[in-house]
Amino acid sequence: MALTGIEILKMLPKKNCGECDVPTCLAFAMKVAAGQEDIGACPYVSDEVKEKVGEASAPPIRTITLGSGDNKFEMGGETCLYRHEKRFEHPTGIAVLVTTDMSDEDVDGRMDRFNSLRYDRVGLELKADLIAIKDNGDQSAFTALIEKAREKCPDAALILMSESADSLKAGAEACGDHKPLLYAADSGNYSDMAAVAKDTGCPLTVKGSNIGEAADTADKLISEGLKDLVIDTGARTAKAVLEDNIVCRRASVKHKYKPLGFPTITFPCEMTDDPLMESLVASMLICKYAGIVVLSDLQGDTLFPLLLERLNIFTDPQRPMVVQEDIYPINGPDENSPVLVTCNFSLTYFIVSGEIEGSKIPSWLLIKDTEGLSVLTAWAAGKFSADLIAMFVKKSGIEDKVKHRCLIIPGYLASIKGELEEELPDWTIQIGPREASHLPPFLKSWKPE
Amino acid sequence: MEPSAGSIAECVIGDGDKAITVGGEKTLPFHVFEGDMGNAPRIAFEVLDSAPEEWPEPLVKHYSDVFNDPAAWAQKCVKEFNAKAICLSLVSTDPNGANVSSADAAKVAQKVVEAVDVPIILWGCGNADKDTETLREVTGLVGTRKVALGPLTDANYRTLGATAMAFQYPVVASTPIDVNLAKQLNILLENLGVSLDHILMDPSIGAVGYGLEYTYSVMERIRLAALTQNDDKLSVPFIVNLGREVWKAKETKQPSDGMIGDQERRGVLMEAVTASSLLFAGGELMIMRHPKAVSMTEALIEGLM
Ligand code: B12
Ligand code: SF4
Repeated sequence: MALTGIEILKMLPKKNCGECDVPTCLAFAMKVAAGQEDIGACPYVSDEVKEKVGEASAPPIRTITLGSGDNKFEMGGETCLYRHEKRFEHPTGIAVLVTTDMSDEDVDGRMDRFNSLRYDRVGLELKADLIAIKDNGDQSAFTALIEKAREKCPDAALILMSESADSLKAGAEACGDHKPLLYAADSGNYSDMAAVAKDTGCPLTVKGSNIGEAADTADKLISEGLKDLVIDTGARTAKAVLEDNIVCRRASVKHKYKPLGFPTITFPCEMTDDPLMESLVASMLICKYAGIVVLSDLQGDTLFPLLLERLNIFTDPQRPMVVQEDIYPINGPDENSPVLVTCNFSLTYFIVSGEIEGSKIPSWLLIKDTEGLSVLTAWAAGKFSADLIAMFVKKSGIEDKVKHRCLIIPGYLASIKGELEEELPDWTIQIGPREASHLPPFLKSWKPE
Repeated sequence: MEPSAGSIAECVIGDGDKAITVGGEKTLPFHVFEGDMGNAPRIAFEVLDSAPEEWPEPLVKHYSDVFNDPAAWAQKCVKEFNAKAICLSLVSTDPNGANVSSADAAKVAQKVVEAVDVPIILWGCGNADKDTETLREVTGLVGTRKVALGPLTDANYRTLGATAMAFQYPVVASTPIDVNLAKQLNILLENLGVSLDHILMDPSIGAVGYGLEYTYSVMERIRLAALTQNDDKLSVPFIVNLGREVWKAKETKQPSDGMIGDQERRGVLMEAVTASSLLFAGGELMIMRHPKAVSMTEALIEGLM
């Protein structure tokens, strides 16, 4: 249970020395309670207190870290059931499965696409995160496949899947300090698997034939001293996995039930043979709490929509993504280049600037601060009205950069043309297309009026 | 097991044995393990009242033969794609577009209504005054069939609400992604005399990659308020007009390539993924375009019930 500021204050030395960079112990305690400061920032607290406070403030779903150095993958750390309550912390990891039975061609294709299918959007890189490597009984082939994955896909986090504790141990050692997820301990082999997890320091998956058995085994592993677990409830239909994911999340977040307080790993690849349906099941699991979804393959048309969905669901609802108010030169514009204006919602900015860039026409793009609202939303909220746009155009400094006085406004704002002309008497207002995708032909035939 | 206090109203659309009922949940979306999910979510195919100009090839190839005949288009959806409902979009009436007269548009709508026996939603162009005019005109022609009328907004709910009540039609109440506005419009409609079991809420839709998260969370909040706080003014099923949002996204129009894959499969998944996300946020009546996206979404729903 979370501790209050007062409870934390009782455990502090009350020197009020400010070495934690907060002026008083009380203020520091309050910040720790709110999760804004780490208890370790006070140099005078004992390890015992650190552990106590750390434990109490830990998220109900443990954060699990895989990989190494700059190539880390994190999952879990979740604190709520619905994204509007706070936010979802760690995007569902997308994994692709390769097995020792697959032909080299199939393996190479998957690894190549793991590397190549990466997309820029709103300034972020969207991509798959993990490779799941499955041993079908041949230890040396398994190790060789792991080494291949490490070499070809150095930034992929790995999931090592084998029924043999020995093979998992050898595989984990082949990964060096790049921590893989081990898969899996079940009710029969958990002692052996726990030993491997302890020796190698890797997180371990608990697999049950149902959610109850998974919780039992997790409980045993916790008493053996393991902390970093991932849960596979064994569900292999969309209906069952949805139920289990909801129960796991609710049991840990609302009822602090420890044995299920871990991220889940799920296998759409084992739920259907149809790659499109597989993606659709994965889309359900991205909304509904999966730590990892393992897919049978990666293809642009099945992966890209999932990456978009994941970006949306895991966006922080309290912080709209914005870009700075400014004049953005695109394609090296000069004094005769067109001038366009839009809002500072980052999605809008990236779509519009992407189209202008693609058109190869040198242009000036004016970005007005609309507090992260899109064109029409900002207009409806009174943050993108003619007078505000006019004020911004005047003070932006664009008048020193171009000789002409033509301003292109978004097609959806056609109705403010007259008003804007009144506010900007020196300027001619041109109505651009509604959709940014129509900008390239529009810009290609553009002439100052 | 988490008990729910409230339940969602049931709304009947259409008539006879082809009528469909949506809503009726006493639990969160697809929480069938702990409560009654009421009626399975349904999908309506969208038909336009005039040939679309900007549809991408993966849609064009399925419908171009019927583009110029909305009645044949609706029949094709029913016969070939097994549509359980049709949403006729009266896009031609848009004063900023073709601006077809209400009388002419109503005649086309009448033909569509007469051509199929599945439930029909008549969806105006979004201009409050023009929609009032057109939808009233239509009701005069199809009086005996129980069509659903939309969108009703704060600007035209009085006139259209009165028309709908006269014929006992269900209505679509549209608000821009806001819990309070959605609730307020339901209250206004109720005060006018429209009962809550004749309302479908349209929360305004963003497609995947284009604002999906805002719609998702507003729907989730509305549904939680209805079920856990027993807020009966929000206990109304959702209608989710997503096809038109998805298929205007740039990525549905880009040709096949090595990076974003096959154009048709990509578009189908963008539509199906948008539908799936919004189903988990509470969507009950989904309006969609691509036959494959529809059949996949139906398969997902069936697997979860
Ligand atoms: C998501 C959303 C929201 C989110 C905000 C998202 C955000 N960051 O802006 C939230 C939920 C907060 C919201 C709130 C509101 N919203 Co809102 N919202 C939407 C929604 C669903 C999508 C908007 C979006 O993200 N579009 C994507 C971006 C990329 O689009 P865009 O900025 O317009 O850019 C495109 C084009 O304009 C063009 N373009 C952009 N810049 C330029 C520049 C040039 C030169 C050119 C040529 C082209 C161009 O390219 C882009 C892609 O093609 C729309 C409905 C819809 N489906 O469109 C309603 C919508 C915009 N909202 C609306 C309203 C009314 C509101 C509210 C006022 C409701 C209220 N009373 O609370 C509030 C206002 C905000 C406030 N008071 O704080 C209305 C606006 C009605 C109108 N015509 O004026 C809409 C249209 C819904 C509707 N049909 O009623 N909204
Ligand atoms: S460093 Fe420790 S003792 Fe000093 S003010 Fe901060 S909390 Fe108090």
